Amino acid sequence: MDAIHLSPLDNVAVLTRRLPAGTPVALATGTVVLDRDLGLGHKIACRAIAAGEKILKYGVAIGSATHAIAPGAHVHLHNMHSDYLPTYTLETDRLFRGGTSA
Amino acid sequence: MTTVRTDAFLRADGRKGIRNTVAVVYLVECAHHVAREIQLPFREAGVHLLGFGGCYPNDYSFRMLSALCTHPNVGGVLLVSLGCEGFNRGGLLDVVRRSGRPADLLVIQEHGGTRTTIDAGRDRVRQILEELATTPRAPLALDELVIGTICGGSDGTSGITANPAIGLAFDTLVAAGATCIFEETGELIGCEQILATRGASPPVARQLVDSVEKAARYYATLGHGSFAPGNADGGLTTQEEKSMGAFSKSGSAPIAGLIKPGDVPRAGGLYLLDVVPDGEVRFGFPNVNDTAEIVELIACGSHVTLFSTGRGSVVGSAISPVIKVCANPETFRHLAGDMDIDAGRVLEGRGTLPEVGAEIVTLVEAVAAGAPTASEALGHQEFVLGYKSFEPIGPACHPASA
Repeated sequence: MDAIHLSPLDNVAVLTRRLPAGTPVALATGTVVLDRDLGLGHKIACRAIAAGEKILKYGVAIGSATHAIAPGAHVHLHNMHSDYLPTYTLETDRLFRGGTSA
Repeated sequence: MTTVRTDAFLRADGRKGIRNTVAVVYLVECAHHVAREIQLPFREAGVHLLGFGGCYPNDYSFRMLSALCTHPNVGGVLLVSLGCEGFNRGGLLDVVRRSGRPADLLVIQEHGGTRTTIDAGRDRVRQILEELATTPRAPLALDELVIGTICGGSDGTSGITANPAIGLAFDTLVAAGATCIFEETGELIGCEQILATRGASPPVARQLVDSVEKAARYYATLGHGSFAPGNADGGLTTQEEKSMGAFSKSGSAPIAGLIKPGDVPRAGGLYLLDVVPDGEVRFGFPNVNDTAEIVELIACGSHVTLFSTGRGSVVGSAISPVIKVCANPETFRHLAGDMDIDAGRVLEGRGTLPEVGAEIVTLVEAVAAGAPTASEALGHQEFVLGYKSFEPIGPACHPASA
């Protein structure tokens, strides 16, 4: 088992181990292929997700897609956002203050 | 009822401790060094350092130190004041003495300065330790235990392994009559509607939802939520995603009430601790770090704290032991010496959530009986306390009996 589909309502699954790009991952909804190297705990799309669509995990919305997302693609800060509060990362801090990526 | 130990430390107010610590407490940052020098030689002997850095008085910090200095795991107290700070040192000394504990106060400006105060403080700590050697003992039942839970350094595994396993442990402990406390309302943003269905009564349900809406307003003013860069590195993307994972620590029992820092529940059951200040936004972040939240759980009576971590926090705490439940199997292998429970094994087919939940309950009983946790054995005694402002909670949310 390489990924957990936490609720049948979910359009994302959670990786249970670190996997390289190109790995096929079998899900209840069909097999998808990873678009990049990913660590455990990261989310991938179970199916095509349209821009503006809610991202569902645990059967509830955890935010909205900001771009169209292909099946198997990494779902994270680059293609979804919170419906409540902006997410702070060291990358946003660098963009704000300048400096280089560590 | 299950007896978890026969020789718990019986305090004059009838509460029972699982540790017999001495608290050395600085009442302003200017007394921190002197207090630390007094405590340092006794660190391995169960003498812990607490304190409040501010010079100006604050009801919350007084209430917190009053609750902490009369916590059942604390047997005696030495207060260290510079002399000109605003903290009500006489009031705190009275609170501790009225609780029946040996307590003393040293004022550096009246005691000849740094060297003489350190010498006098060490003498006083030795005397208190001698007094504690004869602390009365009594059996402690599982339904007398207070267990807190927190998550820190969360990642995408936290909400799948360690948090739901803690939830299962909480279900077992609440069913046994114990008091279980989870927090924090800023990490329930997005869970309001589910939370509303968990209140033990309609007034409690309303208070729970109100507390989360208050947190959402507070964090919106501050500009971001209870979300650190490491959360995103670990696969979490949004506050509401982190919230759903965090909420699973509470298990499935009805929530008996909402409490605020320093409120000690008077009956067993499951409680939500509201750590977000009331009123306008003042004094900065509600949860400056995990230790501030652990200290608030302890001020509500927690004998032991279950700490779920994915990225790998190493902290422990003054006063009450911290049990580290590691959500991520890679982190567990990397930081094995800091962890107590390998909950991430569920992801590798080496166990089930109910097995991990049962292991947590067994370890809570062992730690209550005196077994040291990993962070205790490593000497972790973190403590932090800052400024906050709260209004008292209404009676509907602090039931006298479940």
